[in-house]
Amino acid sequence: MNVISDKLHVENNKWIGTRTIRPDGADKVTGRACYAADNVMPGMIWGKVLRSPHAHARIRSIDTSKAEALPGVKAVVTARDIVDFPLDKSVMLGIQDMRWMCRNVMAREKALFHGHPVAAVAAINEEVAAEACRLIEVDYEVLPHVIEIEDAIRPDAPILHDFLTFEDKPSNIAGRMEAKLGDVEAGFAQADVIVERTFRTRPVHQGYIEPQACTVSYAADGRATIWSSSQGQFMVRAMTSLLTGVPQSNIKAIPAEIGGGFGAKTIIYLEPVALLLSKKSGRPVKMVMTRDEVMRATGPTSGSLSTVRIGARRDGTIVAAQGTFYLQAGCLPGSPLRGPVGCSFAPYEIPNVLSVGYDVVSNRSKVAAYRAPGAPLGAYATESVLDELAGKLGIDPLELRLKNSAKPGSKAAYGATFGKVTFEETIEAIRTHEHYRAPLDKTPRPGVKRGRGVASGFWYNAGGESSAQVNITEDGNVLVTTGHPDVGGSRASIANVTAELLGIEHGRVSVQIGDTSSIGFSNLTGGSRVTFASAMVVTQSTEKVITQLRERAARIWKIDPEAVTWENGEARPAGPNAGQFPPLTLTELAAKANEMGGPIGAGVQLNTTGADPGFATHVVDVEVDVDLGIIRVLRYTAAQDVGRALHPSYVEGQIQGGVVQGIGWALSEEYLYDRQGRLDNASFLDYRMPVCSDVPMIEPVMLEIPNPKHPQGVRGVGEAPIVPPLAAIANAVHDALGIRFTSLPMSPPKVVEALEGA
Amino acid sequence: MAEIRYLAPRTLDEAVGAFAAAQGAARILAGGTDLLVQMRNGLAKPGLIVDIKKIAEMTEIAELPDGGFRIGAAVSGAMLAEHPRFGQVWPGVLEAVNLIGSKQVQGRASPGGNLCNASPAGDSVPAMIAAGAVVTVQGPEGRRQMPVEAVPAGPGRTNLRPGEIVVGFTLPPRPAGSGDAYLRMIPRTEMDIAVVGLGVSLTLAGGTVTHARVGLGAVAPTVLLVEEAGNALLGSRLEEAALDAAAAACRAACRPINDKRGTIAYRTKVAGVLLKRAVAIAAQRAQGGN
Repeated sequence: MNVISDKLHVENNKWIGTRTIRPDGADKVTGRACYAADNVMPGMIWGKVLRSPHAHARIRSIDTSKAEALPGVKAVVTARDIVDFPLDKSVMLGIQDMRWMCRNVMAREKALFHGHPVAAVAAINEEVAAEACRLIEVDYEVLPHVIEIEDAIRPDAPILHDFLTFEDKPSNIAGRMEAKLGDVEAGFAQADVIVERTFRTRPVHQGYIEPQACTVSYAADGRATIWSSSQGQFMVRAMTSLLTGVPQSNIKAIPAEIGGGFGAKTIIYLEPVALLLSKKSGRPVKMVMTRDEVMRATGPTSGSLSTVRIGARRDGTIVAAQGTFYLQAGCLPGSPLRGPVGCSFAPYEIPNVLSVGYDVVSNRSKVAAYRAPGAPLGAYATESVLDELAGKLGIDPLELRLKNSAKPGSKAAYGATFGKVTFEETIEAIRTHEHYRAPLDKTPRPGVKRGRGVASGFWYNAGGESSAQVNITEDGNVLVTTGHPDVGGSRASIANVTAELLGIEHGRVSVQIGDTSSIGFSNLTGGSRVTFASAMVVTQSTEKVITQLRERAARIWKIDPEAVTWENGEARPAGPNAGQFPPLTLTELAAKANEMGGPIGAGVQLNTTGADPGFATHVVDVEVDVDLGIIRVLRYTAAQDVGRALHPSYVEGQIQGGVVQGIGWALSEEYLYDRQGRLDNASFLDYRMPVCSDVPMIEPVMLEIPNPKHPQGVRGVGEAPIVPPLAAIANAVHDALGIRFTSLPMSPPKVVEALEGA
Repeated sequence: MAEIRYLAPRTLDEAVGAFAAAQGAARILAGGTDLLVQMRNGLAKPGLIVDIKKIAEMTEIAELPDGGFRIGAAVSGAMLAEHPRFGQVWPGVLEAVNLIGSKQVQGRASPGGNLCNASPAGDSVPAMIAAGAVVTVQGPEGRRQMPVEAVPAGPGRTNLRPGEIVVGFTLPPRPAGSGDAYLRMIPRTEMDIAVVGLGVSLTLAGGTVTHARVGLGAVAPTVLLVEEAGNALLGSRLEEAALDAAAAACRAACRPINDKRGTIAYRTKVAGVLLKRAVAIAAQRAQGGN
């Protein structure tokens, strides 16, 4: 796709930057890959969750006696079995508050959404477990429910949680976050043009294909083994430990191959429940969610109500920006406020910024992280307003962005002072791209209109804790173990890095993901951090291995280790000894390992830093069937600073995947509720994610500007590409129709209605 | 757990006998693309499944001496697509049958199953109605025929009598100058369900419409034959006024609901849009285009 990057890599590297065969590929295409639901154990039984039929209800009592008496039922659990975290004291695991997590995995005082787990059963098979769920008698006091933000923040709204107050009154506003710079009112006073708009987005689901699933075996000695699919086996261990009271040292969490997560599998639903069922029954317990359960009771990300106001001088200099973002948390606090509050204005140098977010609870499933959590809905508002501002100022929208882009030393309202900033490069890449310059026939046929739009986006990226172990096998090959489930090609990238550093054939390196008992603590696969962080610890581990290999050769040759170099997979005498001894290959050194000091291997555990933020700029062409209101994406080009593409196919895949998810968010995906507060489209038929034929080939433009703080120059890439598409598409639709959509998705009925009202 | 019996009879008499004897506890299995999904979701719990695919008549496609076609109820979309002649004579019906479900299930999905599932959004039904297809049904009291539009009674309900099985469809002979088309509106390009579906069959003589039928789906409890739309086109040369009148007739026939798949206003508008677009395609085909 991008010639420059490939050439750059070919010049410098043998493996880094090449499209090596992915290590997980053969297993996945032949159906051998072992996902969470594939695990089977002797004596295993099945767990099922009983879910609330009400959107909001007090639980007066639960009678499980009939279910327990049903033949084949082995165990029943309710909230009484889950560790209670009292409401007056926050206990955090990462960004998750256990007060909310314990109530999310099992309703405690109240059922807070339709589908909220109320009890769970383990039985000899799924049918008996389902029958037992029907026999559980729950006495509900049905309460009025509230779904939408506008309704939830009304003074007379049904209150979900008595303990939540806002401005000293009981409220569904669970929290507020602010980012501030300068004096925003004074800034607006200097503006010649001000644009202010209010935007709405609907909750959208992460849409991973693999439902949540786990098998848990709690043995008689009090040790538990968990097989599950997640974005972090250490999170699974820690959260399960907190919610069940079993110490972490007694839990082994084994990561299964993961069939998509996109952020949503950074929390758990089933594992603690299955553990408790296994503990009570003495049998391994398997639980697999149905698609209906996944849609109804996991994720999605927040819907939003945002108002953004931006003021500029006549020459296009932005002098002030203000954003107010209300986000749906679902039934318990925890919206990703940091996304819109921090990211919306971050790509720009604006002297006066006030960005405020509100966390609003309502009777929906609790939101989970979704790729650049919260940032896309913030950028939708900001980048739409910028588009309108560019129109009012008569400035090209990319010029406007370029004129105001953050530079090294710029201070972002969220607190950071930027070092290297590569935003301008992404704008330039689009501005000079053939796509942006290509003529667009705006009325190709009667009833069809076309338009082009641009937008940019920002994501923080992250470092954090990672561990790696690099071992040389007795036959002289290499086994690398990291602690991160691979959702975006980390194994393939790590194999490239290790082979490059050791100077050996790529096929001699195997990369595996360790369980919690075989590798040191590694934080979640999320935040666009894994390739960045694990390449760092793998590099340091490999360098230690190379030092050992040089020492071994030095010992064999009886020379100083400093006089040994490692080149092309072999130790060579250097300096005064150059040429005195034939080189020793990795295989030869491995064969002599034990007589020369023991096994060869090294591990590194780090809290990695230096993950600079990601920037992206996109251009899109759309076509609108004006009679049917259908919007199709004709062409899409996405430029991003990727630092260095260790494995370009995966980097392109990340960019394309993020864009496609953004297209779904913009055009067709939404959570729909009925009057009883029940999700009305809990299936892939009616929750309309784009299918392959809905999207064109997305062209990624990888800008490889090495991150100076990383050994290979890596920058996180997974999240930034989902940030611009919502606004880019809305801006393109505006270009086509002259109508600015301030509410997503731009579904056909909405488009027709807008056209008829125009 | 309730037991499920499975029968795959070789003759229609056997099938009808077993089906009728089960007194409502049985379901007919053609491709199973609706039935198996319903069973998995707990919506259908049959005590007996009668698989009709082993009955020769059910899977035959025959071009009749008069130029008409007979299609067995369990003929799959893929089989129909492979027939050398059917798609040339009835391209609209073929398109519609090939839209049942998705590409992945076309080797199983059948027009008989699509009709008996009685979804207002079934893709093949508007095209069959437009084609003037007649179904043959067989029950304990023998064989009878009924027009396709008389089969659905409401969402998930048919006018078949207890024990009756749909055996096949008969499509009439095609005079020269005929063409048909089926269009549906879906928000996506694939893997979706019709928000509105519309089939048109036309015959033109010297540019004048001599025969026109319109079937309209997903806008009422059952798929509709919109006679007024056909009448509006009849005798016209497909002038704008005739097309407007036919579109208006389609809109007037709509009795849709607001649901997750579309609004009343949207469905009503789209019915008119699809009428014009489908007529244009059918007319082009009638005049020798593709």
